[in-house]
Amino acid sequence: MTSRVMLCLTLFGAAGITPLTAHRLPLTAQDTVKGKAVYVKWCAGCHGDTGAGDGAAATAMLPRPRNFTGAVYKIRTTASGQLPTDADLMRAIDEGLPGSAMPAWKTRLSPAERRDVIAYIKTFSSFFADTSQHVVPLRFGKEPGGGVGAQAVKTGRLFYDSIGCRKCHGDQGRGDGPSAPTLKDDAGFPIFAADLHQSWRFRGGGGTEDIYRRLRTGLDGTPMPSFSDLIDQKFLTDEELWRLAQYVRSLSPAREPEVRDVIHAPQLGATLPASPNDTTWARVDRYWFPLVGQVIRKPRWFAPTVSGVWVQAVHNGRELALRLCWDDRTQSPDTAWLAFERRVLETVASDDSTPPVAGLWPDQVAVQFPRHIPDGMERPYFLMGTGTDPVYQWRWSSEPRKAVAGLARGLEQFDTLSAAPESRAVWDHGEWRVVFTRSLATPDTANELQFVAGRAIPVAFFAWDGSNGEHGSRLAASTWYFLALDQPTPPRVFISPVVAMALTLGLGFMVVWRAQRRAAGSRGTGAGT
Amino acid sequence: MRKLGSVGVVAVAGSLLTLAIGAWTRQPPALAGATITGKVKFTGTKPVMPKIDMSEEPKCKAKYTAAPPTEETVVVNPNGTLANVFVYVKSGLPASYKAPAPSGPVTLDQDGCRYHPHAFGIMVGQNLAIKNSDGILHNIKAKGTKNRPFNISQPTTMTSTRTFSAPEVMVPLECNVHGWMHAWLGVLPHPFYGVSGADGSFSITGLPPGTYTVEAWHEKYGTQTATVTVSGSETKTADFSFAGK
Repeated sequence: MTSRVMLCLTLFGAAGITPLTAHRLPLTAQDTVKGKAVYVKWCAGCHGDTGAGDGAAATAMLPRPRNFTGAVYKIRTTASGQLPTDADLMRAIDEGLPGSAMPAWKTRLSPAERRDVIAYIKTFSSFFADTSQHVVPLRFGKEPGGGVGAQAVKTGRLFYDSIGCRKCHGDQGRGDGPSAPTLKDDAGFPIFAADLHQSWRFRGGGGTEDIYRRLRTGLDGTPMPSFSDLIDQKFLTDEELWRLAQYVRSLSPAREPEVRDVIHAPQLGATLPASPNDTTWARVDRYWFPLVGQVIRKPRWFAPTVSGVWVQAVHNGRELALRLCWDDRTQSPDTAWLAFERRVLETVASDDSTPPVAGLWPDQVAVQFPRHIPDGMERPYFLMGTGTDPVYQWRWSSEPRKAVAGLARGLEQFDTLSAAPESRAVWDHGEWRVVFTRSLATPDTANELQFVAGRAIPVAFFAWDGSNGEHGSRLAASTWYFLALDQPTPPRVFISPVVAMALTLGLGFMVVWRAQRRAAGSRGTGAGT
Repeated sequence: MRKLGSVGVVAVAGSLLTLAIGAWTRQPPALAGATITGKVKFTGTKPVMPKIDMSEEPKCKAKYTAAPPTEETVVVNPNGTLANVFVYVKSGLPASYKAPAPSGPVTLDQDGCRYHPHAFGIMVGQNLAIKNSDGILHNIKAKGTKNRPFNISQPTTMTSTRTFSAPEVMVPLECNVHGWMHAWLGVLPHPFYGVSGADGSFSITGLPPGTYTVEAWHEKYGTQTATVTVSGSETKTADFSFAGK
């Protein structure tokens, strides 16, 4: 049979059975046979051969890959309980789902491949073939103006409180609400209430409109409900829901933080801000470093909750103060999260000899330096050094709340040194802020890094969320970056221009004075003749 | 917030009252036909239901003055019977049997951070009125697999209405704000179902003559079936017995 005949048959079939509406791509453009080939090659590894979300890689993921057999989708433009439109599915494939393992496929698959794979994915559930299912996108209004204004944000905050967002997302939106430790998705897997301070990790996009749409549609299959009934019944106006979306958007930076390689530590006056809440920190540039699960050495860890750290540094010529801030919805150890931790450890694959046991682990953070500033590009192994080439680390723990310094010789060995940096920490509504302070120079020059201004000092970061079962090699790690202590500006930088200006001015005066004298002399001569 | 406050409360209280009266007055009269009735006995050790800590919700907590609330997975009545067993005609109706959905809704109330009723039935196409009497944030999530699942937010005293399009025994209902809140909904294409109550009895009325497979469903103890033949307007008894594990 020629493809032309096939096409004609398909056309007939399409016209006869399925209403061709704007939101359903015409079936003629979709080919489930080709779609299956794409699916088997690119999707089945995570989503499974039968679309049940149980591919070979699925057990290492939290959130788990979508199970297509129920046709329940988080990111839609349709009401809660309705099927997604083809455009909704296309968006998820094109853009991926940030904050999850689902990448963006727009540049990896052709438009035809993406259309075909959508057609194939829909065959996993009989709901898509059920013509009684109405797939109608909701009507979303336009965002009202003034979204970044203080008044709009304030109004949004009122509704954040009144409609109970804090129950799961917490008072400040970091996912630490009282109901958060009990949350499960429809498959029974543990699920975190979103940290609203990291909009770049929102599954359906971090824009105000994306947030508004999630409020209207809910995220089906998760505990996040739809708020459309509130608008339909006029408990809330559309504008008020937009204000809420604007408030949520205002909690995150305007753009996804850019990763910069070098932390600049400006030199301040005599006293350094040793307190994590010192107002000085608000004036110091902060640097974002993403962290990823440690998947190199066993036991590996695929589901870290700390997605990155904000780092600030200042010095005064004698001491260095380093502030680390990171979002962690739990102040570990916390018995309220123990059952949740157990579910996480049961859900995420483990590769150790004995299965991990949920415990009351503390939160931890580590700052890593080489023992000596390297002259070339050579640095110790980033993952906590090796037996022969250890690294110098500061390690802070929430329980007991203190910091120690030591030499790490790989993930397994940490030898504490006698001198520790000073540390002060606060946990504030889902955020840790820890300040380390240490003298630039110390007596133990063999083991402790000696900080020198004007040099590029390698630095790396590690974090453990105890209530997520993280301890030992179950951690989140960064790669090497650099810390640079700004050099004090030499006095001649300020004095030289002043001297130069004075000289120029003096010379100018002299030239003018001599010129005036000469002019006065010639006038006098003229008068005498 | 005024809208969510007094105005909303008054408006919703009014509409709820109307709904409630409507539902009450629209109860269908007892149908002619046969009746299957029975009791659900409970044997063995009665499990201890965990207490629910409602300290996060003072408004709900205040509604339990006599004894602290417990979970309702297994409710054994004082007479040794088991409550919340959904009993329904699983098969035996003629293929041609058609029953229109009643015009009145079935009401599910969220009161004291618990569902009332805990297990119940509804007909395909019949309205489910989901009522929030607590006036605090509940979300109601229906986790059907034959029906489309949904999840709606009710942060105030209000009623939302939904329908179910396919028979399904049972659709789990839950609130994620209050992890202890669970209810079970049996969706059927006919009206022949009942739930064991505070005395452990149930009754299914208005049956046409025939031989039926009757299934008793419990959320923890699973299902049991009985075969019952009825004719005319007779009443037959089908007792069930579940054993604690």
